[in-house]
This record gives sequence, C-alpha cells and structure tokens, in this order.
Amino acid sequence: MKFEVRLSGEGGQGLILAGKILAEAAAIHAGLNATQSQSYGPEARGGASRSEVILSDGEIDYPKATEVDVMVALTQQSYDTYRHDVKKGGVVIVDSEAVESLGDTWYRVVSHPIFQLSEQHFGRILFGNMIALGLVAGVTGVLPKDAVEAALVSRVPKGTEEKNLAAFRLGYGLAEADAAGKGS
Amino acid sequence: MTRSSRPLNDPNRRRPPRLLTGNEACAMAAIDAGMRFYAGYPITPSSEIAESLARWLPTVGGVFIAMEDEIASMGAIIGASLTGVKSMTATSGPGFSLMQENIGYASMAEVPVVVVNVMRGGPSTGLPTSPAQGDVMQARWGTHGDHPVVALAPYSVEETYEATVRAFNLSEQYRVPVILLLDEVIAHVNEKVELPEREALRIVERPKPEVPPSQYLPYVDTPTGVPPMAPFGTGYRYHVTGLAHDETGFQTNDPKVIDAQLRRLHRKLELGRHDIVEVDEFLIQDAEIGIFAYGSSARSARRAIRLAREKGIRVGMLRPKTIWPFPDEEVRAWTGRLKAWLVPEMNLGQAAHEVEWAVAGRVPIRRLNRVDGNLFHPSEILRAIEEMA
Repeated sequence: MKFEVRLSGEGGQGLILAGKILAEAAAIHAGLNATQSQSYGPEARGGASRSEVILSDGEIDYPKATEVDVMVALTQQSYDTYRHDVKKGGVVIVDSEAVESLGDTWYRVVSHPIFQLSEQHFGRILFGNMIALGLVAGVTGVLPKDAVEAALVSRVPKGTEEKNLAAFRLGYGLAEADAAGKGS
Repeated sequence: MTRSSRPLNDPNRRRPPRLLTGNEACAMAAIDAGMRFYAGYPITPSSEIAESLARWLPTVGGVFIAMEDEIASMGAIIGASLTGVKSMTATSGPGFSLMQENIGYASMAEVPVVVVNVMRGGPSTGLPTSPAQGDVMQARWGTHGDHPVVALAPYSVEETYEATVRAFNLSEQYRVPVILLLDEVIAHVNEKVELPEREALRIVERPKPEVPPSQYLPYVDTPTGVPPMAPFGTGYRYHVTGLAHDETGFQTNDPKVIDAQLRRLHRKLELGRHDIVEVDEFLIQDAEIGIFAYGSSARSARRAIRLAREKGIRVGMLRPKTIWPFPDEEVRAWTGRLKAWLVPEMNLGQAAHEVEWAVAGRVPIRRLNRVDGNLFHPSEILRAIEEMA
C-alpha cells in the first residue's frame, strides 16, 4: 500500500504543518511508514508552497510524490503548477474562491470555499489548513479520524487545540456530507 | 588495535517510533553524543539545528551561543573543544565558506570539532531553500594546505542521527574536524524513525594524557598517530598554534620536524581508514551497472534501481556514508564486476571526478547532474540506466 498526498498553496497558509500532522498520524498513531517533505521559496509569506506526504506499509525510498492520490490546491497557481501528476481517478480538493479555472480534469474535484468557511466559523482565515486537512482525511478515509486528531492535538500550538480540532472536524464533515449527497 | 568509532553497540535496541526531520535528529544525536557547546549563526536550511539546540542544550547543562558570524562560530567551538568539551556548529554554503580558515586551524592544531553543512544551491547565496550537493569538494579542499578531514553524508533521518554520533566519535578518536554533509531534503524531510536507545550508543572520548603535566607533549607521535589531548584548565599548559609546530606545540622551522608532523596528520587517518570509511551496498552483488550516489540523490537512485530491476536490468548501488576519505578501494573492488558506473549528483560532477580517478578508465562512467535546485526524479535516473543497459 502506498498513498501520496500533496498540499499546495502559498507560503503562510500552514500547509507544511498540515502535512506534518498527516504524516505523524500515519507514523505514530496508525502504525504505517510516512514521510513529509516540503518545497518552498525564501519568502516568509506568499510564494508557491508545497508539502507532500507519503504513506506506506513498506520502505519509502524516494521521499517526494510521483503519482498523487489526493491533492489540495489553495491557489490557482498551485493548482496549475502541481496537478500534472495526480493519478487518473485521484482527487483534487480546491478552494472554490481561489481556483476558478479547472481545465481538463482526469480526477475528481472537491470544491469548497475553504478560507471563507474559516472566516465564517472562526473569525479568521487561519484555520483553512485544518479544514483542508479534514477534507483530505474525510475524502480519502486512508487514516482513522482519531489518529489524525491525536496527531493534530500534539502538533498545533498549545492553546489552539480546540479551534484547530473544530476546523478539522468541519472539513471532515463536509467530506462526509459530499459522500452522502453523492450516494442519494 | 584500532578502536571502532561505529556508533551502535546493539542495533536492535531502539526507542519508540517518532516523526523527525534530519535537522532535529542531528541536534538530538549531538546531545546524545555528549556535545555540550554550540556556537553558530543561523542560516537556511540548517537553522532548525540551532533552534533545537538553543532549546535543548541549556536543559542538559550545555552552552548555546548565537555568534556574530560563522568565522567567530568556528573560533568559539575550537576554543571550547580545547577545554575538553565536545563542540559543534551548523551552517550552509555561505557560512561554510566563512568557516574554512578556522577549519584549517582545527586540522593543524588537531582540535576535535563537528561542523554540519546543510547543502543548498550555490555558489554564493544561491538558492537558500533548495537542495544541492555542491559542497563535496569544498568539504575536502575548502581550506588551504594538505589538511586531513573527514566528511560523512547520510541519506535519511535515521542515518543522520547515527552519522552525527559517529561524527563526534571520529573527531574525538582522530582529533580531526569532521564535516557532516547534509542536504536540504534530508535536513527538512520528516521521517518515521526508531532511534537507537541512548544506552546502546558507543560514545568515544578523545585520548587523554597518562603522564604528569611536566612530561606532557601535546603533539607527540604515537602508534595511532593521535597524540593524547589534555583539556585546558587542568594543569596541562601547552601552546596551540596554526603555525607548523614541534611536539611541544611551539613553532618550528626544522624541515625534518615539519615533515614528520604533517605526515603524521595524514597517517592517523590512513591508519584508521577502514574504521572511518563506511559504505552501503544495495543490490550491487549481481549488478552490471553500478550507481554511485550519496545523500538525497541516493534516495532517488534507490527507487530508480527498483524500477529498473522490475524491467530485468541488473543495477545496484554503492553508497558512501563516508565521502571523505573517499571510498576509492570500494569503488575499485566493484569496478571489476561492472560494465559501467552511473554517478547522479546535485552538482556538476564532484564525486564523479573521484570515481573516475578510482576507476582509472577501466569501465565507462556516466555523469548525471542536476543544479536547478530540485532533487532528481527517479524517472531521470531510470532513463539513464535504460540507456546504459
């Protein structure tokens, strides 16, 4: 089993943290092997940013993604730049406000106003990364929900656990609702 | 008898799994190896080493100093090591350049220090956040003169931990600066690791004098070529200089003494060569094509080898864990059984040059180079393998 996740957007959106949580959930709480790598520019904010997580039940040699199962794109630029090696039949989760032009798709697109939801529910756009993480966990079901939650609580700054957890659950719930809607 | 500098007494005694970056593993290993003095100037992609040690060192009675620059950082760790404290600094290309003068001093004065250089794109300030392997030759020849040096190049987070412990062991055992060559990928990747238990580590301390201060000769020859080292402040008063010196440590112009001392500096590493040089062999036993790769390039190569094997191509890898002294004997030993070598590296052919020298024209060597700030995609290496098969 090998599963590749790519979280992309711009610097400052918290994608590297989201990737670390996913990797830790797999490695520590779900008994899998995992790596998380990143690619970013010299800017503290802005600039293309990418965080990749590989989950596997075996050795992970090359630590970057080559055939992406799930990708998150929070900007149009990251969507355009990084979608090329998403697997046929994979999933791309986009921020519906940021990614307007989807082009040809050979994957399923899951679209939600991620940052708007963060602002609505938590008064700040800061929690968009955890909503996105919830979507990834909910859409893929690759890791148990409680494994991701346990990793989240151990990795986010002290005192912010509750809001981050609520944001994660919001994203997870959206994925569940999408799945239920599709089934009906 | 040579003591072993290998870091593990019992490779099976491991701590519970955790997720760590190479930089974090390096900082943890340094503390576990007994490092208690860090002086440095933060620079991407090495900064998390300083960041972690600034937090952790004070909790174990160690000292962390943020210095004004990398020249001073090297000076500080040399001074601290002379008092008997295991010392280190960490940097990246631009800082590594500034450290070169004092690295030569540490070689000449035989002061054990560990210098971590997390390679990023160069030359100059280059690509601060991107991986490269352009400092391989600088690690060997960055400072002037015929100086001894050891450089290690781990390829995973777990190996970074072990290589860091080993770097301290080697620097203590041979009284030599040891360069730990990481690259941005290994430094920043989070991997699941099961670190060895602290009690399972083999920790080497520098040889201490067994004579009273009045009889102490700080640069005396010994069967290993390594003179005992007295910590400053314990009554052993001696002179330390970068000038050519005799066995008392004072400057000399006597050609015979100078020659003997300089050759001793190299002899100590030659005598320890089989302890110092460590390689990893991956599916090379029946290979026709041998890949010589190190650091994160070896991760791409490992995948490419698996893919090529699925296509029936007999390819394997010789991976240096120690890159200086160069594993020339190991390259030569495999060359007789190979059709060709492939040397992928994120520079324009630095290790390839050494491989060519070791192979001496017996088989063709193909270079594969990338200097755009990106790690090799396994498919690039696979393509080269297919063209060679």
